Order: sequence, then structure tokens, then C-alpha cells
Amino acid sequence: MVENRPWANFFAHTVLIIGVALVIFPVYIALVASTQAPGDLLRGTMPLLPGSHGIENYKLMWQSGVSTANSPPAAKMLWNSFVMAMAITVGKLSISLLSAFAIVYFRFRFRMFFFWLIFVTLMLPVEVRIIPTFQVVADLKMLNSFAGLSIPLIASATATFLFRQFFMTIPEEMLEAARVDGAGPLKFFKDILLPLSVTNIAALFVIMFIYGWNQYLWPLLITTDPNYTTIVMGIQRMTAEENPQWHLVMAAVVMAALPPVLVILFMQRLFVKGLTETEK
Amino acid sequence: MASITLEGLKKTYAGNVDAVKGIDLHIEDGEFVVLVGPSGCGKSTLLRMVAGLETITDGTLKIGDRVVNKLEPAERDIAMVFQNYALYPHMTVYNNLAYGLKNRGFKKDEIEKRVRIAAKMLEIEDFLERKPRKLSGGQRQRVAMGRALVREPAAFLFDEPLSNLDAKLRVQMRVEIKQLQRRLKTTSLYVTHDQLEAMTLGDRLVVLSAGQIEQVGTPMEIYARPATMFVAGFIGSPAMNMVPVEYLHARGSNGLLDNLPDGTDIVGIRPDDMHLTPPEGPHLIVQSTLELFEAAGAESHLYVRLADSDQPTVIRVSGQPPVAEGETLRFHVTRNTLHPFNSTTGKRTGD
Repeated sequence: MVENRPWANFFAHTVLIIGVALVIFPVYIALVASTQAPGDLLRGTMPLLPGSHGIENYKLMWQSGVSTANSPPAAKMLWNSFVMAMAITVGKLSISLLSAFAIVYFRFRFRMFFFWLIFVTLMLPVEVRIIPTFQVVADLKMLNSFAGLSIPLIASATATFLFRQFFMTIPEEMLEAARVDGAGPLKFFKDILLPLSVTNIAALFVIMFIYGWNQYLWPLLITTDPNYTTIVMGIQRMTAEENPQWHLVMAAVVMAALPPVLVILFMQRLFVKGLTETEK
Repeated sequence: MASITLEGLKKTYAGNVDAVKGIDLHIEDGEFVVLVGPSGCGKSTLLRMVAGLETITDGTLKIGDRVVNKLEPAERDIAMVFQNYALYPHMTVYNNLAYGLKNRGFKKDEIEKRVRIAAKMLEIEDFLERKPRKLSGGQRQRVAMGRALVREPAAFLFDEPLSNLDAKLRVQMRVEIKQLQRRLKTTSLYVTHDQLEAMTLGDRLVVLSAGQIEQVGTPMEIYARPATMFVAGFIGSPAMNMVPVEYLHARGSNGLLDNLPDGTDIVGIRPDDMHLTPPEGPHLIVQSTLELFEAAGAESHLYVRLADSDQPTVIRVSGQPPVAEGETLRFHVTRNTLHPFNSTTGKRTGD
């Protein structure tokens, strides 16, 4: 588009800059706060320039955590969060890919019934079914374990539905050509469907990872052992103290925000690449 | 290499819809047979039944001496070229060609050898490392053919492979397919709705209508002696004109129509058999009004309405005759160019 309207340009940029500033400012405050000395944040005026205790705060948080708040070292909590989020993401993706594959490519009895059954579970998020799910997990002796943290969250109607929609856009001739070429169902899935779904997988990976990473209520409920404390729970515990050590809380917050950003940065290459290669 | 035999082949879809109503056909080893018919006549369904992509409701299908009714497409030793090519978009051209061989457990150097030979034959050697999206329509078409070639199957099945190409490329690829098939001598079954493609490609044509065979024969046999009114109207462009015998009688037939076979009540006349200038020997004369004049370069199409009748008729003449729309014209037709039919049965009555 060729356009030359300086005022429109100016206006658009102002709006954008204000929007960006609004989003960035709290992040900046968190960064600044995490570099202050222990009592600095309680003095009433919020410092707007970085302090000199950054390295020391992060080191303390990373290595020893806040034991008074029953919060283990951040390194441990980040690892726990990472394992849980990865288990949920990988589990969700594999299950929904396989179930979408079954629903789209196989003609079994009650196919549409099962599809709707999966679809209906969209109406039942974790919070709604949390008590019965807790009961089941407790009976299966999965409290205080990664299995208990991730398995109940793995089934995903959203991802199944998205993959189903995507598979239906793949021309039927592709399947027929593969059949003539001697590829069985699993080979077709592995050699053709999976490579074609890379873009969708990358996008869903990001969404699912953040979903898993941000889990709060469920881990809070089923883990009591500090060995399984996730970073989100840890932050909550630190702030629930009588005199929260805000500089350490902020250091934990900054560290907790980094992995999702890294995942997005890494996956972005995949889906940007995918989006420009639009070809069936 | 093998022959293909269809015995009473039937396809009934859910809801008792008969798509294919019992087809008997024998295709010789190395023969090029074209299935032609209007859309919805069951020609694609028939081809897909041979390929194994549709189940066979009734009848027997043999490739070579093997009954293959229940076999998977991969076990039938056939290769198929699809209308939209169905290339794997994420694989290079090389891998597209090699995929079927890999699945059949061929050795790496054997795959390499076969792909190179096929690529050379189709002149796609330069594109082997490219992805299909970087190719033009014609090149994709070649890759789709290559995928069939490398397998060295008993039979090629083509499902309207040229209909996505532009007119010029279509003619070029048509010639190449014909030459390729002559060279390889592989039994081929080719589906098309384009009668020109059918006429030029096939050793034999099978004209289908509503799930049944109307006529089987060489292209020239079918053109010269269409067995039914349907075939007469379908093969040849512009289509054959159908004129009631009564009408011609009423115009004065000079006794030329007396020896028509029994039961003839309608005659077909090809647009090129109606002449503006009187031919030598006895002939019929028909008066008509010129409604539309269509100049198509080397030839012209005259859309006329026969006098005292609302019968629309097309006439093809070479060059551009000096006529104007609205003018009354006289046409001359000789007896030996008439195709006699019975309009109730739709069949040819003789000659």
C-alpha cells in the first residue's frame, strides 16, 4: 500500500507506543524490584531505577529459596514446573493427534457419538470436575507425583477438535495416493499427516505449554511435598507470608516468566516458517 | 504387464444408488483404453474400483490371472495418476517418486536408479531436489506421472490427469502420454470427459452413460458408426444434429429416404456433412434461417433453425462463407452421411 499521511502515521504510532508502554511497565517494575535490597520495597516509594542487589537476590532465590515460606529453591521449582508443563504438552499433543486421526480417517461404529463426547468435555474444565478428579487421583495413589500433576490435565478436546478440522482440509487424494504407494494407516500418519501438521503442532505446543506452566489450583491441591512444588505455587506461598520478601518474590516472578518466552521464541520459527509455506 | 478383465462389475452406494450397473470389459495387455462419458456417468467410480479405492459391490475384477476384488490398492500392482496430482507437499520431488518404492522395501541404489531413469524420461531431472510447490502445473503433472512410472506396475490408471492444465499444455502432455505409453507398452486405463482427449489417446474407447457401457470400439469406429443416439451426441464437436425423418420426408426427399432401415424415425447428420454448395449425385436439400455465425479461424459454425420447425442445428463449414445472420440458407446432404436411429430405443437401426 502506498500512502503518505504524516498525521495518520503519527497518530498510529502514538497509540502503539502507549499500548506497548502499558504492557512493558509492570514487567519493568518487576525487574527493578528484583534488584533492590531487602527493606527497600517497604519504604513507601517504589524505586524506578535498578538497584545494586540483583545478582545476590537471584542467586539466593535460585539456590536456597525462602524456607520460612516453605518454598524450595527456584531451580527446583522451575524444574518441577518444566517437567509438568512438558508432560502435559506432549501428552495432550500425542493424544489429540491420535484421536483426531481416528475420528477423521476411520469409519468405526459411533464415530460421531465419540466425537461429540470429546467435544462436550470442552464444557468441563479442571475447576468444574476438581473434586471427583482429586478423589480418583488420590485412590490411584498419585498424590505428590508428576503423574498426578500431569495425567488428569492431558485429555484435550480443543486440540483434538483443531487437528480434526485441519485433517479434514487435507485432500482425500493424498490418502489415496499413499494407499496406492503402499503406506498403511500408521505409515500414512507418520510420513504424511505429521509433517503436514508441524505448523499446528508448534502453535498448539506454545498454547499448551503456557497452559501447563500456569497451572495453579490443581498442583496446589494434590501436592504437599516441597519436592513437587511448582514455581507458580512457590510464588503464591512466598506472598502469603506475614512479611513477604518482595525483592525475592519479584526475582522468582522474573524467572518464572522466562521459560514460556523461550518456548515462544523457539517455536515461533516453526510456525512462521509454516505460515509462509501455505500449500496443500 | 497384464490384461485387465471386468466381469459384471457393479457399484451400489448406500441408499440403493447404482453408480456402476454391471460392466463387462476386457483390456488386452499393453492396450490403452479410454473411459469417456459425461460427469456422473460412473467412469471415475469404475476406475477407482479397478484401483481398489472403492469397494466392489458385485462382479469380478481380474488383473492378469489374479482376482483382485478384495486386495488393497498397493497389492494390485497398479499405479494411479490423480486429477489434482496428490503430490506430497512436504517431500522433495525425489522423495515423492521414491516413497512408493521405499514402502515396498526396495534397496537404496535400486530406488536411486529407477528414480533417475523416470526423471530422465519425463525431463524433471533438474527439479529432483525441489518441493512440489516450487513447480508449475505442467511440471507437477510430470512428477505425478513419474510417481507412477518408477513403480513399473502392471497397469497405469489415469483419472482425468490433464483437466487442471491450460489448453496448450494439455495438448502437449496428451502427446507425451501417448508417446510414453507406446514406448513402455504398459496396459493403461484412462478416464476423461473430454472427447477430443479420448479420440486422440485411446487404442479403444469405452463410452459410458449412467453407469452402463454405450459402445466400445476404436475411436474411428465410434465416430463413423455411433451405436446409440447418446454416443452420436457425445462424440464429435459440435454435436451431431438429430432430424426427424418425417420432417425430411415432408420437405421432399427425392426417394432418397426410402431405403432407410426399418424402425428409423430420426436421422443424425454430422455438422460437417451439411454442405452449402450442392455435391455431385443425389442429395437432400434443407432450408434454414441463420441465427448465429461463429467464426473459429479455419472453420466456421453456423447455428441455424430449420425452416417451418424450431429444430436448432449446427453446421460446420471450412473458411468463412459470405453469409449474414437472418439470411435463409440451403443445405445439401447426401444419403451416405445419414446415421439412422430409432428415437424410442435410442439405438442405431442399421447401416
